[in-house]
Amino acid sequence: FPGLADVSISQDIPVEGEITVPVGSQSPDDDYSTLDEPVKDTIMRDLKAVGKKFVHVMYPRKSSALLRDWDLWGPLVLCVSLALMLQGGSADSKDDGGPQFAEVFVIIWFGAVVITLNSKLLGGTISFFQSLCVLGYCVMPLTVAMLVCRLVLLAGAGTVSFIVRLIVVGAMFAWSTLASTAFLADSQPPNRKALVVYPIFLFYFVISWMILTFTPQ
Amino acid sequence: VGPGRAGPGRAGPGRAGADTVSAPAQGGGSAVIDMENMDDTSGSSFEDMGEMHQRMKEEEEEEAEGEAGAGEEEDGEFLGMKGLRGQLGRQVADQMWQVGKRQASRAFSLYANIDILRPYFDVEPVQVRARLLESMIPVKMINFPQKIAGELYGPLMLVFTLVAILLHGMKTSDTIIREGTLMGTAIGTCFGYWLGVSSFMYFLAYLCNAQITMVQMLSLLGYGLFGHCITLLVTYNIHFHSLFYIFWLVVGGLSTLRMVAVLVSRTVGHTQRLILCGTLAALHMLFLLYLHFAYHKVVEGILDTLEGPNMPPFQRVARDIPVVSNAVLNTTAKTIALTL
Repeated sequence: FPGLADVSISQDIPVEGEITVPVGSQSPDDDYSTLDEPVKDTIMRDLKAVGKKFVHVMYPRKSSALLRDWDLWGPLVLCVSLALMLQGGSADSKDDGGPQFAEVFVIIWFGAVVITLNSKLLGGTISFFQSLCVLGYCVMPLTVAMLVCRLVLLAGAGTVSFIVRLIVVGAMFAWSTLASTAFLADSQPPNRKALVVYPIFLFYFVISWMILTFTPQ
Repeated sequence: VGPGRAGPGRAGPGRAGADTVSAPAQGGGSAVIDMENMDDTSGSSFEDMGEMHQRMKEEEEEEAEGEAGAGEEEDGEFLGMKGLRGQLGRQVADQMWQVGKRQASRAFSLYANIDILRPYFDVEPVQVRARLLESMIPVKMINFPQKIAGELYGPLMLVFTLVAILLHGMKTSDTIIREGTLMGTAIGTCFGYWLGVSSFMYFLAYLCNAQITMVQMLSLLGYGLFGHCITLLVTYNIHFHSLFYIFWLVVGGLSTLRMVAVLVSRTVGHTQRLILCGTLAALHMLFLLYLHFAYHKVVEGILDTLEGPNMPPFQRVARDIPVVSNAVLNTTAKTIALTL
């Protein structure tokens, strides 16, 4: 192949050149290239988003911020803290710890998945992770109730404390259900809202019941 | 040779490398770059080489215009040293596309599986309420096959409600589960009953030539749990044995009668009707009995007054579940084995 003779280059000529990547100006790319920002900015942005969602849960209004930018950080933190606080409440002190934590964790996530599937099967327009996000964030009042219950139990475990705990847990349970209903029921056809609300009611009822019957050892 | 192009310099080592690299390509699924492609056409024909030479000269000229899509000019033909980079890039892109497509189709089929269940959840709240009330009313007309709604929302919600009630009962009776969790036991019991007994009854219905589908059986049995829910809700909180027996007979009996009547209307033949209905009635009533006695709280003193002074006073003990449930499970398994 005589035509190839001048195609190959000898080994001692270094191959050199420059690779230039066209970099646009910094300002329009600020929103899209977050890879170069300092870690503090990233964390603060995520924390602010999570905090905003907590505020939305505390004062449930019909806003779409919770739905639009869903994230699962808040639910994870709430779930882990609730599971940690519910630990050590079993009657038999030999086998506390392990099953309790896993139990609560699995109940919350499995329950949320079932409710999401149910709402999707009933013709909901909300996506899987958006629904998980809302249900997870609405566990927050119940976590607050758990904190209050633990503090009340520190003071004593009599009938009065039981009544106080019952009132607190009941109020928080109603708040959780109302908050999640405010977000989730809008995505359903109007005549089927009750069908979606009932499993949410049952889900938060089970969690409230676990909180209420918690007795520290 | 234009700047920034190391392709031609790799002619010798590139080809030698291709010989030694053994990259068996098994279909499109391997993650290994297929070097044999390049091997086949390397140095194939004079015309190819000439054409390649020509293209490279053209490429030198349009190097100033940028490197936009250098790999996209070639379409499937080997261009030797210069084409090595383009071929590689294209193969990688190809494989990534195939992997992505595979993942997308798998995800889609998973989503489509949910859609299979969609028609069974197509209900209105009024329909659910009506069916709940109907599940306690036995039908009178058994000569005409009764309609069973093949719906899964109501039964599923009833099973979950039963789980919640069971949990409440277990906690108030201070049940200790040694190898497991309360929640796991409750879910396992309720779902096991619903799915297991439905499957068993469907199998029996198949043997006895009854006109019923699996979804209808699930729905029928699920709605029958409504009676269980009511009974347990009341008797876990009010602990009178006689109250429980009354509820067991009346409420349990009504829901059993309804299920039995519907099944009878869909079966022909006396023996078959007897087998089906006997089994269903027995399992349904025994399940309620089991749920009550395995997890209820015995209040000392009340039994004395109800059942006469001859009975020794009951102690309130925390039930050790494995002993009781093992015994019940063993007997149940034996009876099922005997009937089969």
